[in-house]
Amino acid sequence: MSKITRRKFLAGSAAGGAAMMMTPAKKAFAAGSFEGFPDGMGVLVDLTRCVGCRTCEAACNVEQKLPEPALPFDDTSVFDEMHHGQKRRTTDKAYTIVNRYEPKSADEPLYRKIQCNHCNEPACLTSCFVNAYKKTPEGAVIYNSKVCVGCRNCMIACPFHIPAYTYSSVLNPVIKKCIFCYDTRLKEGRPPACVESCPQQVMTFGKRKDLMVIAHERIKKNPGKYVDHVYGEKEVGGTGWFYLSNVPFEEAGFDVNLPKKPIIDNVKDFLAIVPMVLTIWPALFTGFHLLATKGKSHGHGDDNSHDKQEGH
Amino acid sequence: MKKLATYGVKPHDAALKADGKQWSLMEKLLLGLTLDQYIGQVLRNKLNWVLAIIFAIGIPVIIYRFIFSLGAVTHASYDYPWGLFLGFGLFCMVPLSASGFMLGTTVEIFGRHDFEPIERLALLNGLLGYFFAVVYLLVDLGQPWRLSYPMVYSFGPAAVLFLVGWHVATYLSVQVAEVSTAFFEWIGFKRGYDFIRKGTVGLTVAGIILSTLHQGALGALFLYAPGKVHPLWYSSAFQWIHFFTSSIPAGLSMVICVSTIVIYTMKWRCDQRFIDNLDRITISLAKGAAMGLSTYLIIKLIAVAHDNEWAYLATGWGTWWLLEIVGFVFAPLVLLSYAIRHKLVGLCRVGAFWVVAGIILNRLNTALITFNWQLYQEIPHKFEIIISVTIFAIYVTTYRFILNRLPILYKFKPQADE
Ligand code: SF4
Ligand code: SF4
Ligand code: SF4
Repeated sequence: MSKITRRKFLAGSAAGGAAMMMTPAKKAFAAGSFEGFPDGMGVLVDLTRCVGCRTCEAACNVEQKLPEPALPFDDTSVFDEMHHGQKRRTTDKAYTIVNRYEPKSADEPLYRKIQCNHCNEPACLTSCFVNAYKKTPEGAVIYNSKVCVGCRNCMIACPFHIPAYTYSSVLNPVIKKCIFCYDTRLKEGRPPACVESCPQQVMTFGKRKDLMVIAHERIKKNPGKYVDHVYGEKEVGGTGWFYLSNVPFEEAGFDVNLPKKPIIDNVKDFLAIVPMVLTIWPALFTGFHLLATKGKSHGHGDDNSHDKQEGH
Repeated sequence: MKKLATYGVKPHDAALKADGKQWSLMEKLLLGLTLDQYIGQVLRNKLNWVLAIIFAIGIPVIIYRFIFSLGAVTHASYDYPWGLFLGFGLFCMVPLSASGFMLGTTVEIFGRHDFEPIERLALLNGLLGYFFAVVYLLVDLGQPWRLSYPMVYSFGPAAVLFLVGWHVATYLSVQVAEVSTAFFEWIGFKRGYDFIRKGTVGLTVAGIILSTLHQGALGALFLYAPGKVHPLWYSSAFQWIHFFTSSIPAGLSMVICVSTIVIYTMKWRCDQRFIDNLDRITISLAKGAAMGLSTYLIIKLIAVAHDNEWAYLATGWGTWWLLEIVGFVFAPLVLLSYAIRHKLVGLCRVGAFWVVAGIILNRLNTALITFNWQLYQEIPHKFEIIISVTIFAIYVTTYRFILNRLPILYKFKPQADE
């Protein structure tokens, strides 16, 4: 084997390989710097108003055609349910749930509705390797079950523990989560079922940026009532649904240690090395190879031995 | 087989039989034994009985999974979407299979032909490890028949898993090509052999690129879960470097482990070249593993210092972390260094098994044990354990099937003239 053919092969394969894998890496940067839609809708949730009636749970159940729950929606014993020492969470049969907390800094219990927060730069979306999620211009994070492979990386990635999976389905298991009532309501500009159903006006539906102004005004106009923080304004890059509370957020079960940056920012450093490795490595190791085998007549000892044996 | 050898039966190891005739495929598959001899030899082997028992229990459970869904064999946890199948099958099998690209680099790129006797074993170890990682993945995916979607149908290029998917797929084909030389020799397809041989360097370089990236990418997958993995096992700056550097001792140690098992249980299949060189190579591999391990240890400590996580060391998780680092990184490192210094092959082997255990512990810690440390600990479903063990048993069986036949441990005696 001559050196020429070997080097040609090398150049060809390395370049081909690099080109093939560069494309996704480049696209990754484009997708990674997604900032959310300026006119996206959102929901302001005022925890101080919630009385834990679970009407929103019932409304969601009907709107999303979910199966009937084991206990009726007016049963408050669910607030005492514990699973592995944890309060209830969203499941494939309930896109939203209300939990009760006993905050230290207040005499009364506090109720909190949990559903997808429709992040500006959703971790579920950016972690999905088939791009099953989509952040719509209206602000909803929706999901396409037709392409989902079921790797469940989105469940790993979601910082709020939202997506659930229909594990019990054999042929078509899919992710289930709140979709902001996108198909039935949001698309037409109507507020979601849970928001509309609430008898206490806990939730306000509107443009995210307008709601943010309202949220801060509410804090300012009612001194001492709220803690001075809008949960979801900055958390993981900002969320479409955000919260006001009269007790520190950790006492209402929120994760207050989440980064301010979107989750994908964590991963960008790694993605940045991809093109570097792809371009530098081939040259580097080909160089090593040529250096290491320089001066040997056949350049390649193994070929050499085989050549001899095979009587070339 | 040992017994048969005493009767003067010689296994198939050359293109032509002793009397100059071609081997038929059937004869090759039966290792050059007669059918009776072959079956007798299978039944005598106790490992076969163990494997048979595992299969008898495990294969029905795997079938059960595909008839009654994932929910029937796992706890169907929303908080632990990745269980043992990925925690062990993907995150442990892949680093333990890093051997292929490392030995390939050593021999083909750096021209260290003194490692050649073990190169093919390392390549095969890589190929099978990756292949079975994909098997684990197929069991775990909700819709495994859509496995090719990220390749051909719908792209999520910002996702690290996208990178892993592409790279594992490409790298698997690279490894198939690399190992195919042994297969071509075995079936006697010389043109194919020559063709692949010519591209070896290209394939090897491709292997290095792909390996650097996806070994690291497996670590980077956890960057999506900053609050879920315990801070001591999480480092936004170093996670991928941890996974990559630890894959070096992992892969090298795995080759030492496999070669150890082979030399004790399948000596008949090894040729003199392999047997004579193994001790020397074991020590060299151990040296590489020790070097990788010390780098890994240092970067681990740097990461803790960088994120200023010393306070966590005083907690229960800190004790667990120290156990992993001192007991399964530092201790084997000391043992290996001592063994290398005094050229003690046996101790090198003990050290290698220890390193492998340490890597498995680290990956399980990251993916399962410390995952959701603020929530609760999940104990895998018994069926999940059974399935994981069964797939591992299939891996061992395949491994042995190939080692018994293809010229991995021995050098094929080619036809004298063409
Ligand atoms: S809350 Fe979770 S599921 Fe909802 S958009 Fe954000 S990351 Fe996705
Ligand atoms: S489970 Fe489906 S939606 Fe979630 S990351 Fe995997 S492919 Fe994407
Ligand atoms: S927005 Fe719609 S889908 Fe989401 S919790 Fe409310 S009712 Fe359910």
